[in-house]
Amino acid sequence: MSLLELSGVTRSVLLPDDRELEILRGVDLTVGAGEHVSIVGRSGTGKSTLLNILGLLDAPTSGEYLLDGVPIGRLSGRARARRRGTDFGFVFQQFNLLQGRSALENVVAPLLYARGRQFWQRRTLAAEMLERVGLGDRLDTRPEKLSGGEQQRVAIARALVRVPRVILADEPTGALDVDTGSEVMDLLDTIAQENGSALIAITHDLAVASRASRQFRLGDGVLTPIAISARSAGSLGGLDATGDDVQAEHVARPFAAAAAHGEGDAA
Amino acid sequence: MTGVVGAVLEAWDELRVHKVRVLLALVGVAVAVCAITTITAAGEMLRQVSAEQNERWSGRAATLQVSAWPTGEGGSVMPSPAEYEQVFDEIVARYAVEHSSMLRNAPAPIRFPDGTREVYTTGVEVDWATMHRFEVTSGRWFTEADADRLAPALVVNQAFLDLLGGVGVAEHPTVTIGGENPVVATVVGAFPNDWPQAEPQAYVLVDAQAAWVTPESLEMTGPPSLELWVPDGLADGLVEAIQRDVAGALSGVQADVYRSDSASYSDVDGAIRWVVLGVSAIALLLGGLGLVNIALVTVRYRIREIGIRRSFGASSGRVFFSVLMESVVATTVAGVLGVTIAVVVLHNVPLDALMGSAVQDRPGFPFSAALTGMVAAVGVGAFAGLLPAIVAVRVKVIDAIRY
Repeated sequence: MSLLELSGVTRSVLLPDDRELEILRGVDLTVGAGEHVSIVGRSGTGKSTLLNILGLLDAPTSGEYLLDGVPIGRLSGRARARRRGTDFGFVFQQFNLLQGRSALENVVAPLLYARGRQFWQRRTLAAEMLERVGLGDRLDTRPEKLSGGEQQRVAIARALVRVPRVILADEPTGALDVDTGSEVMDLLDTIAQENGSALIAITHDLAVASRASRQFRLGDGVLTPIAISARSAGSLGGLDATGDDVQAEHVARPFAAAAAHGEGDAA
Repeated sequence: MTGVVGAVLEAWDELRVHKVRVLLALVGVAVAVCAITTITAAGEMLRQVSAEQNERWSGRAATLQVSAWPTGEGGSVMPSPAEYEQVFDEIVARYAVEHSSMLRNAPAPIRFPDGTREVYTTGVEVDWATMHRFEVTSGRWFTEADADRLAPALVVNQAFLDLLGGVGVAEHPTVTIGGENPVVATVVGAFPNDWPQAEPQAYVLVDAQAAWVTPESLEMTGPPSLELWVPDGLADGLVEAIQRDVAGALSGVQADVYRSDSASYSDVDGAIRWVVLGVSAIALLLGGLGLVNIALVTVRYRIREIGIRRSFGASSGRVFFSVLMESVVATTVAGVLGVTIAVVVLHNVPLDALMGSAVQDRPGFPFSAALTGMVAAVGVGAFAGLLPAIVAVRVKVIDAIRY
């Protein structure tokens, strides 16, 4: 059984002039435990909306979303919030660290919504997590005193401290230079693998996308499997921000959505 | 349990981070709570002062006044002092009244160094001082032993002492009370004048007063009366019973028994309470409005943070509770501060003296006032947090994260 499964998911919103805007059109996606998936696409194509739906921050207009085989539509708002906290970790492009709080307090924050050992030993767990991302000596430093790379490391520690089953990364290197972005992705990959967490990354950066075992392109609300080779991605990494025209030249072979599991050109 | 603890910790953390905002909120609410608590406590004090002043005049709850005036119908005459005394003694014994005092006003010609003056003496029994919270400022009040003195004991006011040449009670001043059978009385205690330019006054044991009381003086000042200090709950029943007893025992009199203590004047007490509540409510409203204003601005400022917390797994209920708790925790801290200031202020400022009369049973800081202050603080916190909490819950998570 897949960890996540989207079938024919659509998402539309009503515009102020009463027109309906379709953001996602019949998206099918299956993600297994520990898998690394990347999604590329132009700005405004619905990548973040898809990520929000996957992370239970938003709900599909139609279609079905199964989490552990259970339709999320059956979950109450409270149950969805609980699953969001336990099963998902978010890494944002702008880090979204809580201002005025130290690195440690930022990583402690998600554990305030946990139960049992995770709640009562939150400071210890948070300190250990920061140690793992190489910030063991910056526990009491506030975000504004950290570099961009360090801030993203704090954000990664925060996303992973509850050992989520899925990490949802929205442009995780978008605010970082190429080298720092690469280091951050190395770290994210490593810890995700160590924890056995699935990683779904949305990115403009083909180098980042190429790290995934499966890649997809989202265009006009339609999700299409693609393949980005490490070689071509390396030559383009960080330069092209669309993932649209470029990717077409690097598709090794068309992917059938149903047969795509783990068969893409791995980076 | 972790949910509640987590929400409180989150609220505390939020307050710690936004110290300036919290301080602003604290100042307003702490001042309001301090005002409420002080006013409530001062109100309690005022009530105590008022009650004690009333009790000095008309006795403690419940004091019954018993009097019997001749009706004059059918040629009835005033019963003799001995008859009154007998009937009153029977009533006290029949109802086992622990504190009672016969009361009789009678003018007495007193020979002061500058001449004889007629002074109204009030004949009382020993218990009267307890029943009226009466205290001497020098010397002492009467004791049972004073009944056996050949020279009657007097407790006089300062005006009386001044007429004696300003002597002190410690010098055991004596004074001759004239009349057909002059007696020498000794001043054993003194009390302040009730008001400036007060006339000389003297208390004396009612038995000793017999030396200068005449039927003529009684015709002028009226017959003796009886005061009884009885349990509050029994007062109404005793009024009827004693009235019946006196009317039956003394012929040709109109027996009057009524309650005279301050507790029967609850209207005044009620008015004070309403004034206190009104002022408190206004102070609370002002503090609360300031807090609502600050809290609303803060929620707008924190929309992104709320979105981030939702991504951590915070349910809408948890967001609502956390935002509400921030106000409640802040105002609770403010409440503790306000109540503490009120306690310190009232402990160090002699409010009763400022109100013009020192209280005998000085009440401690009323627990009800502290409780009122804390309930008000928590209440205004919940009230002030409600609107921001609703706003916080209505924030769309996706928009909040992008905010």
